[in-house]
Amino acid sequence: MIVAERKPFSEILSMVEDYSRILVVGCGSCVTICMAGGEEEVKILSSQLRLAFKKNKKDIEVEEAMALRQCDDEYMNNPELINKVKKADIVISMACGIGVQHATAFFNRIITDKPIKIVPGLNTTFMGANLDVGVWEERCVGCGDCVLEKTGGICPITRCAKSLLNGPCGGSSNGKCEINKETDCAWHLIIERLEALGELDRIKPIEMYKDWRPSHDGGPRKIIREDMRI
Amino acid sequence: MTEFEPKIIAFCCHYCALAAADVAGKTGLQFSPNIRIIRVLCTGKIEVPHLLKAFESGADGVVVISCKFGECYFKEGNFRAQKKVERAQSLLQEAGLKPERLLFDFVPGPGAKKFVDILNGMTERVRSLGPNPSVH
Ligand code: SF4
Ligand code: SF4
Repeated sequence: MIVAERKPFSEILSMVEDYSRILVVGCGSCVTICMAGGEEEVKILSSQLRLAFKKNKKDIEVEEAMALRQCDDEYMNNPELINKVKKADIVISMACGIGVQHATAFFNRIITDKPIKIVPGLNTTFMGANLDVGVWEERCVGCGDCVLEKTGGICPITRCAKSLLNGPCGGSSNGKCEINKETDCAWHLIIERLEALGELDRIKPIEMYKDWRPSHDGGPRKIIREDMRI
Repeated sequence: MTEFEPKIIAFCCHYCALAAADVAGKTGLQFSPNIRIIRVLCTGKIEVPHLLKAFESGADGVVVISCKFGECYFKEGNFRAQKKVERAQSLLQEAGLKPERLLFDFVPGPGAKKFVDILNGMTERVRSLGPNPSVH
């Protein structure tokens, strides 16, 4: 899932304090699961904004709403939500950066009598797994050409600090990476796993440079499935 | 000018704090009339938005009273409640309210005396902090 964290309150406040009708919209998928932008976090941010504005004697309305997925028109094409967006002077999106951008494009397409301003309530951090209650860690950077079949299901691009394809480097010590003692050496894990699988020979040949063309840096990547289109 | 009478919400665990309130009533121990009790089956079920909402709705102070650590009927509800209170305290501070307006405490068994002391102490604390600046 996409993992995000809420922006500091002071930063959010400075984005919206000059407006009088604010709408906070949460996202019901990834950021709900990582407890950054779901229904509960919408309530929390809205309460904080109301308390802060009232303390400063500002007469500002804060409304709340949810969309199951802000990265998909289907879940935002809801008359109640569209109406709330129309009434607002500014919208705080509690989705990931994808949701903020998609909601901006969607609502500006649907609502034509005024421009809709949407600002981010979260910092989108990484694609990761939920390791324990309240713990998430990055697992994939979306390189576009997955190598997990060669590395025992452990990603060297994401989990090795140097993204080495032939590891470990000299900084690996007692299973930990030289960047800090808390971070596992990805190549230590890869070797242990391949050994358990009886596939250690897999890393004997030198892996040549990776084809980075399917990765980021050439503008936004796009997938079109012709079989899904009419 | 009349003296400020704080409004205080006390979220009380059914198994200990409420039992303590009962014993206090039966034994004639009085607590401040500024307190409004909200009974919860376990303080672990209180969510951060409930705590913030209480302040938005006019509370000058909020106290969460659970069982002693190790005595929670649901094992770890009071540990969860304490964490949530700590989080809500920092959220309140960000919004410009003093975190001291929100308190977490516990009573052992039906400890009526401690229960009454917590409530009376909270009333005095909030009286000296003054009214909730986001309401008045
Ligand atoms: S907008 Fe972002 S957080 Fe929400 S469902 Fe889509 S990818 Fe997940
Ligand atoms: S190799 Fe690429 S696609 Fe596969 S997990 Fe790593 S970053 Fe993700």
